[in-house]
Amino acid sequence: MIRRHRLSAALVLVLATGLTAGCAGQAGTAAAPVSSGSAGSSGSSPETLTVFAAASLVGTFTALADQFEAANPGVTVTLNFAGSADLVTQITEGAPADVFAAADTKNMARLSDAGLVAGTPTVFATNTLEIAVPPNNPAGITSFADLARTGVAVVVCAPQVPCGAAAATIEAATGVTLTPVSEENAVTDVLGKVSSREADAGLVYVTDVAAAGTSVLGIPFPEADRAVNSYPMGVVAGSPHAGLGASFARFVTGPAGRVVLEAAGFGTP
Amino acid sequence: MALPELTGRPAARGSAPAGPVTLGVPRWILAIAAVGALFIVLPIVGMTGRVDWAHFGSLVTSPSAVTALLLSLRTAAASTVLCLLLGVPMALALARSRFPGQRLVRAVVLLPLVLPPVVGGIALLSTFGRRGLLGQTFELLGVQIAFSTTAVILAQTFVALPFLVLSVEATLRAFGARYEAVAATLGATPSVVFWRVTLPLVLPGLVSGAVLAFARALGEFGATLTFAGSLEGVTRTLPLEIYLQRETDPDAAVALALVLVAVAVVVMVTAHRPRGLS
Repeated sequence: MIRRHRLSAALVLVLATGLTAGCAGQAGTAAAPVSSGSAGSSGSSPETLTVFAAASLVGTFTALADQFEAANPGVTVTLNFAGSADLVTQITEGAPADVFAAADTKNMARLSDAGLVAGTPTVFATNTLEIAVPPNNPAGITSFADLARTGVAVVVCAPQVPCGAAAATIEAATGVTLTPVSEENAVTDVLGKVSSREADAGLVYVTDVAAAGTSVLGIPFPEADRAVNSYPMGVVAGSPHAGLGASFARFVTGPAGRVVLEAAGFGTP
Repeated sequence: MALPELTGRPAARGSAPAGPVTLGVPRWILAIAAVGALFIVLPIVGMTGRVDWAHFGSLVTSPSAVTALLLSLRTAAASTVLCLLLGVPMALALARSRFPGQRLVRAVVLLPLVLPPVVGGIALLSTFGRRGLLGQTFELLGVQIAFSTTAVILAQTFVALPFLVLSVEATLRAFGARYEAVAATLGATPSVVFWRVTLPLVLPGLVSGAVLAFARALGEFGATLTFAGSLEGVTRTLPLEIYLQRETDPDAAVALALVLVAVAVVVMVTAHRPRGLS
């Protein structure tokens, strides 16, 4: 009997470990707060600004937060990156955000509808789609129409997420119908399928191609102008740091922000 | 060969009391156990509170939801069969034979339990993907695994297999090899011993292991998303559909999550009987 109990206890332990691992895996796209810099480097009163930003802003907003901290001694900017829809859910569930920067107007509207945006959001950047192919371009893709050729394994975002909605808009505008082998949840998943060469081509944002470096090759196409994605930013209603939040928004839309955003491939609204 | 005595408890040895003894569990342990149970139950209750019951029916019977549920059930069933075919021999090899590096082999076999599923997905991709270790061989044979339902089944089998192996191995070890030894001394060949002694002996562990494997396969998410992709009717299982619906229709996501919970509970309750309970 003792032996039996010990065995089932061991089994339970292992199962628990497995479940924990399961959670860890699914948390892959979840938010991870990133703290940059340190507070109170000078005599002014230390203040922490929490910025929730879309996943496609990781590079640019990390750089901008550093610059903002340097320009405002005593201020710490804490960044939380995730998909825009996830961030809206987190804020409506009570996460302490001061500023929200979304990758599309639809998700900002969801937060506004919930009465959680103070004032009118500002569009601070635009983004367009680009075709990403493996560096050797195995399927010889040169145009958007090439993606519809039989035998080309194309991966796009699902229509429910912003990058997929943009792809669907372009399909409707051009009359080119794609038959993707997969409709991913996030643009990063599309990029992963292309850089691992599982897919012959994928539709991602210009900024994703720029950030991916040499792991993928970007092929711009003129029809991309049919679906321009706007990135709005707003101060969260009830934020105790509304003033600081507004000045961060001005910093992002100002000259310093422009330089960083344009270097990453974002367009000017 | 009937072995009725095996279905009950093992015979008491030495001076152990003959009848069943009810052991008292200290109250403080019961209190902690209750907290643990609440920790699991409360989030489920919390989620149930979010269900939009007025539209529940239409949310869970939408074509994409039904397609995803059916795909999940089909793939989980297929991977459970694969787990049984591969897992029982693995459990036997681990429990009944001795070979060099056995401890290392067991640790490796159990790896999918502790690996984040997304890592499992990357591992599968680099093996069965189009540019993977075996992918090109499969492609030459005309079998395309990437972005297919086969990829979903492989991902589910990968994460579920250790559950079956563990369960069957634990059962084998608990019963010991004495019945098999007796059968062998009576002249039964190893194969006859397997079919007529070992397999009936481990049946309870086999069933509970298969149920756990099925449940794990049903909930598989990370490896599938990484390795198989997400396309309605082909690779988008219920967990992937829930994840996607969450983007635009949180009500549908919650409703589908409840369906997944219900399926898992029904499966566990009807088929999972831990040994020691009758």
